[in-house]
Amino acid sequence: MSDTPATTTPPTPPAPPAAAVGAGHARAPAKPPRLARPQQGRVVAGVAAGLGWRLGVDPVLVRIAFAVLAFAGGAGLVLYGVLWATIPPAAEAPPRRRPATGQQAVALALIVLGVLLLLRAVGVWFGDQVVGPIVLLAAGSAVLWTRADTDDRAAWSHLTGHAPGDALRRAAAAPTSPLRIVAGTALVALAIAGALATTGSLGGAQELIIVLLTALAGLGLLFGPWLWRLIDQLGAERRERVRQEERAELAAHLHDSVLQTLALIQRSSDDPKRMVALARRQERELRTWLYGATATGTAMTLTEAVQGITEEVEAIHGLTIEVVVVGETALDEHVWALLAAIREACVNVAKHSGTDRADVFVEVQDDQVVAFIRDRGRGFDPDSVPGDRAGIRGSIVERVERHGGRAALHTELDAGTEVEVTVPRPGPPTTHVSDRATTTPGGHRP
Amino acid sequence: MSRAIRVFLVDDHALFRAGVIAELGTKVTIVGDAGDVDAAIQGIRATRPDVVLLDVHMPGGGGRAVLEAIRETHPDVRFLALSVSDAAEDVIQVIRAGARGYVTKTISSEELVRAIVRVHQGDAVFSPRLAGFVLDAFAGELPPGVDGTDPELDQLTTREKEVLRHIARGYTYREVAGRLHISIKTVETHVSAVLRKLQLSNRHELTAWAAGRDLL
Repeated sequence: MSDTPATTTPPTPPAPPAAAVGAGHARAPAKPPRLARPQQGRVVAGVAAGLGWRLGVDPVLVRIAFAVLAFAGGAGLVLYGVLWATIPPAAEAPPRRRPATGQQAVALALIVLGVLLLLRAVGVWFGDQVVGPIVLLAAGSAVLWTRADTDDRAAWSHLTGHAPGDALRRAAAAPTSPLRIVAGTALVALAIAGALATTGSLGGAQELIIVLLTALAGLGLLFGPWLWRLIDQLGAERRERVRQEERAELAAHLHDSVLQTLALIQRSSDDPKRMVALARRQERELRTWLYGATATGTAMTLTEAVQGITEEVEAIHGLTIEVVVVGETALDEHVWALLAAIREACVNVAKHSGTDRADVFVEVQDDQVVAFIRDRGRGFDPDSVPGDRAGIRGSIVERVERHGGRAALHTELDAGTEVEVTVPRPGPPTTHVSDRATTTPGGHRP
Repeated sequence: MSRAIRVFLVDDHALFRAGVIAELGTKVTIVGDAGDVDAAIQGIRATRPDVVLLDVHMPGGGGRAVLEAIRETHPDVRFLALSVSDAAEDVIQVIRAGARGYVTKTISSEELVRAIVRVHQGDAVFSPRLAGFVLDAFAGELPPGVDGTDPELDQLTTREKEVLRHIARGYTYREVAGRLHISIKTVETHVSAVLRKLQLSNRHELTAWAAGRDLL
């Protein structure tokens, strides 16, 4: 029985937000705050928090008072239930708090003591040997873990929004003065001793268990609130870290997209058309990223599309690509397959050729669109590396073949590589494109 | 050999001029440079260079204004247009005004020297981009209502197109010659013929072509 105080003594509440503290300071003299059960800083239903804020004492003291009264024949529990039912829940904003003072705390303690004596006289009582130590425990805990001084509390709530390392240090140093620690610990020790003394009549084995449990309860009282505070601080720290990671991710994305585009725009200040194309592409990309939806109405020209793709590869892989586009055509799925193949071929140049330059030539012919991607790199012997070039087969050859096109690879050791890709040209809107797919043999190659 | 070529540099970006002078200074003789149209015209008339490296876009009328002014007084001065990235119309206009070639600023300094030598010898210099522009300009049929005064000038031969496509793909004249089994001289003849057609044919005046570039 004597171990119950450890579990019923509520821990220190999470700190109220700094804004509420400030508001309390500013307006408390004019109008006392309304009694309500706040959403923030509550442990069970917010009764203690609301009362504490209304009366101007630390809610922890109120909780301790309820706990002590609970042992007076369950009076505390009944009182809590009644108050829970009658006090309305607070609106969104936390209630304004009266500044906590030592006087209010002492007054509350005396009231509780008075009520206890009254209940004892009436006979609603568990017995002196139980309530006595509990009152001592409660007093010790109150001395240890509450702070009447508002400066301390302001600092306490202040730190929730600040440097995590600093917060940790403050939490560790939570009990304010050595005097309090000594007095609080003495009271708790006295309570444990009293509890043990009252159980002296019990049997040996039972006694040992009770001694251990009581010691554990005392330890919990001494260090429980501190641990709670520490865990709370670690949580705050983790939230702060998550926020910082989100920021870093945002910065990285902006760097990869917007800053890169701005750099490209500066480089192409001579060419208004290209600047517009770049800006439009970036806008689309940013919109997609922000709202998670692909923008509609992307009326891009073939030239813009090819430039967009090559600029992306240039930016990512540090390749310089000379782009020549002859003719224009609508962008259908076949042409997009061609564009994807161009991108893949350019990436291959960046990865494998050993050079930092490539030429891309795209020509719209009568019935097909042809693209050449050429580098002057080291080239390779196509027969000697069958496995390594699966990427070309999969992402270039097969991709365009699915779209009725074809791809060819011309390479020679130390003479560079040229990829030739052809897809059928989109017909006029009335013509079905796939009809043309079979009529595209024979390029213009010599 | 190239050291004897006297080069004048026209570009409105001072940093770019400084860069080109630093890169070419030991390979050709830079006789002067200018940052705007008037200074360029005066400087070229005063120094009488062999080759002028000319920026397409410049305040005060662009490279074309310089070309037209100099051609009246010094028709023997040769021009090579040099630019970052321009609209096809502007480049074609500069070529039609008399420039012997067009290269982009991404060109390596060795290639730029080769291009200067080639222009100095009276040959045409086609960068991949210019080849693309020209192919574009000569693509398709003449729109009705525009009479081609000389059908010869109004279209490219199959061989010329073949050469231009290879240049657009990034092949050098030498590589084009090897791939088409012709001599370098023949390649040069083809591109010079293309340049002549570009300058004399009236099909590039066609608004239809310029409009066609922007079809959406």
